[in-house]
Amino acid sequence: MSEASPAKAYALHLGIIALLFALSFILPEYYHGLLARIMVLAVFAMGYNMLFGYVGLLSLGHAMFFGAGLYGAGLAIIQLGWSVPAALAAGLACGAVLSLVIGLLALRTTGVAFMIVTMMFAQVFYLLILYFATWTGGDQGMVVPQPARVLNFGATSLDLTDPTVRYICALTLFSLVLLITLSIVRSRHGRVLVAIRENEERTKMLGYDTYSNKLAAVVVSGTICAASGAAYALLFGYVGSSFASVQYSILPLLWVLLGGAATTLGPLIGTVFMYYVIDITSGYTSAYLLIVGIALILLVLFFPKGILGTIRQRWLRWLP
Amino acid sequence: MTPLLSTRGLSRHFGGLRAVDNVDFTLMPGEIRAVIGPNGAGKTTFVSLVSGRIQPSSGAIIFDGDDITGLPAYARVRRGIAYTFQITSVFANLSAYANVALPVQLTLSDRRSAGAIKAGVMSALERTGLADRADMPAGQLSYGHQRLLEVAMGLALKPRLLILDEPTQGLADSEIDNFIALVREIARDATVLLIEHNMPVVMQLAHRITVFNAGKILAEGTPGQIRENAAVQEAYLGTAPRSKRT
Repeated sequence: MSEASPAKAYALHLGIIALLFALSFILPEYYHGLLARIMVLAVFAMGYNMLFGYVGLLSLGHAMFFGAGLYGAGLAIIQLGWSVPAALAAGLACGAVLSLVIGLLALRTTGVAFMIVTMMFAQVFYLLILYFATWTGGDQGMVVPQPARVLNFGATSLDLTDPTVRYICALTLFSLVLLITLSIVRSRHGRVLVAIRENEERTKMLGYDTYSNKLAAVVVSGTICAASGAAYALLFGYVGSSFASVQYSILPLLWVLLGGAATTLGPLIGTVFMYYVIDITSGYTSAYLLIVGIALILLVLFFPKGILGTIRQRWLRWLP
Repeated sequence: MTPLLSTRGLSRHFGGLRAVDNVDFTLMPGEIRAVIGPNGAGKTTFVSLVSGRIQPSSGAIIFDGDDITGLPAYARVRRGIAYTFQITSVFANLSAYANVALPVQLTLSDRRSAGAIKAGVMSALERTGLADRADMPAGQLSYGHQRLLEVAMGLALKPRLLILDEPTQGLADSEIDNFIALVREIARDATVLLIEHNMPVVMQLAHRITVFNAGKILAEGTPGQIRENAAVQEAYLGTAPRSKRT
């Protein structure tokens, strides 16, 4: 949090990215695919953390931003026949516009009311997907056909269904978003966001328009989540309404809480942890959710600030 | 000379309570003005109206020739009105450094290096004697130091008008002496509006004193004039010693 050691923080983040890159060559096929998925979903968690961790606004409707990217990209490619980059841009644009509109409306409230308002808007979004089943495929969802998931650069083309290409694309998006979050958090704007979380009234009396700062954070958060959704549609080829359901509003909250709210790397750690606990326990018992639940309770009891949040508090105060 | 701050017919009613009632107030640049009055006289409500934390029921506030009545609080801060809270409200989880960095970065309009922020922060911390505690979380500072940190945050805004709401409340006597020296130093570049209960502090610092009672200005004058004012004595003591009747 202090001004010290920017080099250390950047070195750590670049090291994590390098490690993930190296894992691409080491991991067996199954975990290779799982980690690609985790990185895309960790982007979702990072977007959520931007608002929840740093600004302290607890949204229960972020599935709609993930969904906006997912359906924005998916519909563009399936219904309009757009190319992969255009579909990605469409997904991002949908997320940005939706988060701006939702921000303008929901930021009139705070606290519990904000949670309820965002959850209601997400429900509306979810029901709209079901209602317009002719285009969206309703609760069946849509599959993005394999021939459409190819990136063309002049003569060369990249097949996004190829595991290695997919992994590298997921890693690229993850790295970009990680470095963007890190630079936002370290910026003046980031300092204002934390101040709003700590004491909004005081922040106003230091000359900051807290509403505009919060609105900017909602749009950045929503757009990052939409990037995750768009990438999911393009890399994994499935666009389904369950991704816009309330479950996918709760999951990023869980991932962030587990990894450590208001830490840049917490969302990744939380997402990895959750996926691997589910993966390992479901190999032993069909009651794996029981074990996941116990693990969550233990974490909340002994690591109330999440894994990385606790590490920062006890040992590494310089962690961003 | 044009006044730095003036209010015309400024009122704020809470239901039937006239917390601030039709107040005409003028403050000249460079002044140290103390606002005193019994509890509930409307002092804090008055400065909250000036700083924009609450909106008036009626009346106008003019700062440096411009009507700022409709401006939100943050815009008034940017114009140079800084307010330090009566109840200490530093960012307890952030370091003292980060607390002061927020107001400092506001005053740096262009995108200068982090060095400019650092210099600004350290200068404000040094003026308040907190430089060696820059890395401590504000919540772990002693109460007196938290009050000083509040002042440092106000100072860092480079205000033209600094409003101090009961700054010496809860300070030890030794700390109060340092505080008086600090306010005198601040007053060389800024106008100071001071709400204060501690009369020795008021008498030492203020150029002029405004006395509030029941939402209205009861009296205004130099410390000497206020000390001799019978109406003031009555408001404070319930009865004026020299006009005792039965």
